[in-house]
Amino acid sequence: MLRLEGLTKTYKTGDQALKDIDLEVPKGQVMALIGPSGAGKSTLIRCINRLVEPTSGKVLLDGTDIARLPSGPLRRARREMGMIFQEYALVERLTVMENVLSGRLGYVGFWRSFTRRYQQADVDEAFRLLDRVGLLAMADKRADELSGGQRQRVGICRALIQNPKLLLVDEPTASLDPKTSRQIMRLICELCAERGLAAIINIHDVALAQRFVSRVVGLRLGEIAFDGAPDGLTPEVLTSIYGEEDWEATIEKVDDPEEDIEAAE
Amino acid sequence: MPVLEKGDTQIWRRRTQGQALTHWAAWLIGTAVFVYCWQQISEATTWFFVWDAPRIAGDIWTRATPPRWEYIAQLGRPIWDTLNIATLGTLMALVMAVPVAFLAARNTTPSKLFIRPVALLIIVSTRSINSLIWALLLIAIIGPGVFAGVIAIAIRSIGFCAKLLYEAIEEIDHAQVEAITATGASRWQVMAYGIVPQILPAFAGIAVFRWDINIRESTVLGLVGAGGIGLQLQSSLNVLAWPQVSLILLVILAFVVLSEWVSAKVRGAII
Amino acid sequence: MSNELHDLLGKGWKKQPFIKRAWLRWSIYAGFVAYLVAAFATIEVNWARVYEGLDRGAAFVMAFTRPDFVSRAGDIWTGMAESIVMTVAASVVGIAISIPIGLGAARNIAPLPVYLICRGIVAISRALQEIIVAILLVAIFGFGPLAGFLTLSFATIGFLSKLLAEDIESMDRAQAEAIRASGARWMQWINYGVQPQVMPRLIGLSMYRLDINFRESAILGLVGAGGIGATLNTAFDRYEYDTAAAILILIIVIVMALEYLSGVIRARVQ
Repeated sequence: MLRLEGLTKTYKTGDQALKDIDLEVPKGQVMALIGPSGAGKSTLIRCINRLVEPTSGKVLLDGTDIARLPSGPLRRARREMGMIFQEYALVERLTVMENVLSGRLGYVGFWRSFTRRYQQADVDEAFRLLDRVGLLAMADKRADELSGGQRQRVGICRALIQNPKLLLVDEPTASLDPKTSRQIMRLICELCAERGLAAIINIHDVALAQRFVSRVVGLRLGEIAFDGAPDGLTPEVLTSIYGEEDWEATIEKVDDPEEDIEAAE
Repeated sequence: MPVLEKGDTQIWRRRTQGQALTHWAAWLIGTAVFVYCWQQISEATTWFFVWDAPRIAGDIWTRATPPRWEYIAQLGRPIWDTLNIATLGTLMALVMAVPVAFLAARNTTPSKLFIRPVALLIIVSTRSINSLIWALLLIAIIGPGVFAGVIAIAIRSIGFCAKLLYEAIEEIDHAQVEAITATGASRWQVMAYGIVPQILPAFAGIAVFRWDINIRESTVLGLVGAGGIGLQLQSSLNVLAWPQVSLILLVILAFVVLSEWVSAKVRGAII
Repeated sequence: MSNELHDLLGKGWKKQPFIKRAWLRWSIYAGFVAYLVAAFATIEVNWARVYEGLDRGAAFVMAFTRPDFVSRAGDIWTGMAESIVMTVAASVVGIAISIPIGLGAARNIAPLPVYLICRGIVAISRALQEIIVAILLVAIFGFGPLAGFLTLSFATIGFLSKLLAEDIESMDRAQAEAIRASGARWMQWINYGVQPQVMPRLIGLSMYRLDINFRESAILGLVGAGGIGATLNTAFDRYEYDTAAAILILIIVIVMALEYLSGVIRARVQ
């Protein structure tokens, strides 16, 4: 469904963030993107929806090359790709409901969005999503009144209300505590399964990635260093991605006594 | 922190000799400049009047007290005009300052090379020139009256408001803008959802702050003929009606204090 | 599907208004509109006069493209020199006086009677407009730059003392206490415990005040208190827009230079 061909990004400073990346993500696959800071994970995700302009190469979403689209069609293409951010990136002074509905901006005209007169179907969908993530009671609270985990759930709703085919997820758990991190990861993966969405999840925490996804891609200095199932992440592979370190503790499967309690929540 | 060696003993000094020398030279030049300035002022002053000043001040004081209280009946309309000059001027300035600020902010300007310098020029030139001078100019162009005062206040405030506003725009959180862009929103939607909510509190604060300043400035615009209570002050001064002057000054003082109180209240309610 | 969700589905959603009480919201809107209508109704605009003025307005704008620095060069030069002299002298004296008053107006280092007196001085200075002070001082001391100099010094005191006092009140207590604990006298305490903490901001504020003083000195001439204002006023009276434009350009350039200078100095001391 999504195919990257020879994707390259060179910043004005001369840093080559991405070197000739080829990658294919089929429909419904949840993929984790790991790698050290500065490996180009964020750049890769942002090149797909062109928050960062790729220098060369193709980004093919169902056969259309996003990298060549002029601004109007680009906006329509962006509607197909929901994005979830590190530090949530909610508009803090707007309410939860406004933040969720802002995911529909690509579908409604300026005047409708300015006066907050969304179609009933959009409003209903927003309520359904908020109910799904357990934040229905917070709908009229301002986004900056929420805790980190709650904000990230609102961010997920905002991405899903776009009715996307693909989720681009940039470090969703970077500023959350371990328990909330797992809850958020589980929520994202469940929602992807429910809706048959593909996802690229950028993540620092290797153990967390291994628990939840079916495919891991390792990025090192702008190049793909690993691509395969999570079991394939041996200490040697991790060393090739991150450099020398004692990896045994990281990839050891942690027993999770909280699992059932969390699932019940 | 230099340490000098003198024979066997080490002496600590705050500065090296070179540093100390430049330090003293700077003080010397500064003092010389000040003395020169003072001499210039002194030459242009008729010292005879200055020695006479205490007597004159006392004289004015006896003439000005008590204030002519019944004159207050004639000040209602001028105060209303003053209020209008400040309020309408501020509103007009805000309407014009918003686009200028968006054109001047590095992250929202359409062109850093051509449009931004123009916007900055508008800001600096309207800001550098006092509203009294703008009033003088406008009176020469469109004639005396309240209208000239409103426009003068409006022009003077554009630069002030636009400067503070564009600094606020440059400080916004870029991630929120990025998130809105990623939904496929258009340029104007990104503005309305990503940028405006972030700068709204700053905007309200600036509006109230400038309104308060404008109340003060509009009380004296009448001195050059641009309407408001300053007109009464000027005409009373012209006929040396000191009891009226003192009353007007008291009214202005009360008005300014009141406006400060109002703006503090409004700011408290917003933030 | 939860019950709350079931209740909400199919219902419209509206953003909650900023002012929640409806009657208060509407009366504020109505009051504001009523005020605007009243305000516009009472402004008398002589549109014929404004229309006539458009030509002169255009002439003035055109004058900016060819300002005349030459024909009144003498007047401009004397006026500018006087403005600058007043600005410099008043800033020096104003800053020198506002330091002790600023110390006195800081509650954490001054005894109560001193505090009240200093705060009183600050309040009076801030409440009185420069131009009104200038009128009174001209009446007392006669025309000339002395009145302007005194006005600017007085205004500087109100501005600088208040900000300095606030700065001292918000300083780090621990540093000052450490100096006091060493057995320092009051003057030594100020010199070692307080001064280093507030000095960078004091320098920054002084530069900013120098800038304001120059801008203000340009209008003091309108009431006879010396400076470029008188020359400017004459230029307007005679409809010599090209000379007026030249003076305004000079003012803008000097203000820009001062802003740049203060930016550099502030960056260096911090």
